[in-house]
Amino acid sequence: MSSSVDTIRGLAEQEYKWGFVTDIAEDRAPKGLNEDIIRLISARKQEPEWMLEWRLNALRHWFRMRREEGEPKWANLTIAPIDYQAISYYSAPKQKPQLENLDQVDPEILRTYEKLGIPLTEQKLLAGVAVDAVFDSVSVATTFKGKLAEMGVIFCSFSEAVQKHPELVKKYLGSVVPHTDNFYAALNAAVFTDGSFVYVPKGVRCPMELSTYFRINAAETGQFERTLIVADEGATVSYLEGCTAPIRDENQLHAAVVELVALDNAQIKYSTVQNWYPGDKEGRGGIYNFVTKRGKCLGVNSKISWTQVETGSAITWKYPSCILQGDNSVGEFYSVALTNNRQQADTGTKMIHIGKNTRSTIVSKGISAGYGQNTYRGQVKIMKSATGARNYTQCDSLLIGDRCGAHTFPYIEVRNATARMEHEASTSKIGENQLFYLRQRGLTAEDAVSMIVNGFCKTVFKELPMEFAVEAQKLLGVSLEGSVG
Amino acid sequence: MALLEIQDLHASVGGHEILKGVNLTLNAGEVHSIMGPNGSGKSTLAQVLARRETYEVTRGRVLFDGKDLLDMQPEEAAREGLFMAFQYPVEIPGIGNAYFLRSALNAIRKHRGQDELDAMDFLPLYKERMKLLEMDDKLMNRAVNEGFSGGEKKRNEILQMTVLEPKLAILDETDSGLDIDALRIVAQGVNAMRSPERAFLVITHYQRLLDYITPDFVHVLVDGKIVRSGGPELALELEDKGYGSAEVDAPEALHA
Ligand SMILES: Nc1ncnc2c1ncn2[C@@H]1O[C@H](COP(=O)(O)OP(=O)(O)OP(=O)(O)O)[C@@H](O)[C@H]1O
Ligand SMILES: [Mg+2]
Repeated sequence: MSSSVDTIRGLAEQEYKWGFVTDIAEDRAPKGLNEDIIRLISARKQEPEWMLEWRLNALRHWFRMRREEGEPKWANLTIAPIDYQAISYYSAPKQKPQLENLDQVDPEILRTYEKLGIPLTEQKLLAGVAVDAVFDSVSVATTFKGKLAEMGVIFCSFSEAVQKHPELVKKYLGSVVPHTDNFYAALNAAVFTDGSFVYVPKGVRCPMELSTYFRINAAETGQFERTLIVADEGATVSYLEGCTAPIRDENQLHAAVVELVALDNAQIKYSTVQNWYPGDKEGRGGIYNFVTKRGKCLGVNSKISWTQVETGSAITWKYPSCILQGDNSVGEFYSVALTNNRQQADTGTKMIHIGKNTRSTIVSKGISAGYGQNTYRGQVKIMKSATGARNYTQCDSLLIGDRCGAHTFPYIEVRNATARMEHEASTSKIGENQLFYLRQRGLTAEDAVSMIVNGFCKTVFKELPMEFAVEAQKLLGVSLEGSVG
Repeated sequence: MALLEIQDLHASVGGHEILKGVNLTLNAGEVHSIMGPNGSGKSTLAQVLARRETYEVTRGRVLFDGKDLLDMQPEEAAREGLFMAFQYPVEIPGIGNAYFLRSALNAIRKHRGQDELDAMDFLPLYKERMKLLEMDDKLMNRAVNEGFSGGEKKRNEILQMTVLEPKLAILDETDSGLDIDALRIVAQGVNAMRSPERAFLVITHYQRLLDYITPDFVHVLVDGKIVRSGGPELALELEDKGYGSAEVDAPEALHA
């Protein structure tokens, strides 16, 4: 992504972020989870009473789920037990120690930045090296915020939205992913500390791609993020999340919730690149990324499109989904998930067709290398009311080496005879003949694999915003390192 | 110094010995043709030279431009200037032909210490070579060989050769599957590349290719050995009498 645009986004976000830090007296809550902790979080954030009640309600439900059923067990994942009482659920964002120059940064990390083509200034920011001049154009940030405000677009932190736009938050929070939805969604509802909020008013086409965090900030996103995006009638918005730079985090468990709401004729495009720390070659360490993402096409002719590139995390459990409630609404899911070494991913989507003539498209590309295990899990449900519904699913797996695995679980439920369903699936191995062909032309085995994999993912990458796509391609190459040899 | 020197080369695949002592020397500027019955080991020889790992070299020595070729990885051989046009070109879905070829060229240029070409620098070269081979513009940005007709694939191999400008080009039955016009065009591409610094090893079954690309030497490979070598007239004789007659002569004399 062009760094100037990013810089602007980053500055816009920074304003609240750093301001927020100074409000906080204490740095970190004691470990453990109980009602007092929730009250503490809510108090620190000076939340209104209704917000606290909402959290407490979720917490009680979570305790009940934990007692009665525990974590979801249906995924094709091996997860070491998580001690929820050993986690500190609140800590103020801290600034990283400043280094003098890039020589002080781990050369391994620098090499990765270089391969990803991250500009020098951003490398410094990412690594916590002091930067001057380039970043101090506050006026640019003001212009950015000003322009959005002029059009009535609200783009702020979740905390700020609770304070300034309580009526919108109250109306839509939990309307797509209720706290009862699943174990991690309940946990998130109770303890979430921050995230982003977007509201695009009627008829407004958001003039720029919105990005949660500039890369540097992404390194500090919360463990339990909450995002809510509402596109009012006829509104359009494109939102980018994540970044390609490898992100390390002390917190092993990440349980985010993202809710999207599209009213009549509205369109939301949500793109993610996720590259959390995957753990080492033997599978030690690494992030557990347990995310609930769902969009509701509430209005007629509305459209929600998810595009994701998942290369990081030790374990990914994630199913960005669409509820197609409005007549003629459209849901899309384009996904690339790569697992290398000991990584595991169980990811896919749910398309729930309720309205008439609703259409959904699913394109999933799973790549497994090393000992990686990659599962596609998708559900397409055509309700009785969904006359004329259509779904197209394409689900391809690519294996590199013979110690990895690819698994596909498509669930199809059709209750209306007029539905039209198309399903295509394939599993292939990177052919020795393809590798040899590329190597005969002068490419290294590693570059050859990277090229073949990028070709395999092409249909998904072309859904990403241009600059994001370029980065995603490089990211795949880097993530595949050591997968041949 | 010879550009390619093959001495007593033995190679097997899946435990079967296919090459049983090949001797062959190519000097820069020469065009050699290899003919021989199906299954005699022509493609095996080509792929061993291109360093395909599935073929195990059990004996012998190959020097390429003075360096030990058998010590090289496929990409190293390619970067040193060895090119093989595949008998069965491979499809790489999703990767544009121009992008692929530019990546390959840059890998080679980098090895030679030359600057890499960006898309803008590369395009004129690519277009010019496509024109030389009378290739349809619509193929320009298609994925590598994907959905190409048999003839288009073969032409694409030669296109790559003309862009990569190797020292040694091995053409494995590039003529099969080509119509008359395509054959002439491909031959033109090869002839345009003939130069005192470059050598060709042309594997074919048919004299008709050699009508266009006149070889300096013709060798006959039977059962993993070169059984006869001669000038261009040998190809005509083979066309006339078949391979049966080739085995009669002792090959060694011709290699002295
Ligand atoms: N991967 C392989 N596994 C087993 N046998 C192989 C393999 N590759 C080649 N062979 C065998 O080696 C022999 C020589 O094959 P090769 O492809 O070199 O012949 P060729 O002279 O190029 O034939 P053609 O004129 O039909 O192209 C054949 O008998 C073939 O079946
Ligand atoms: Mg052959």
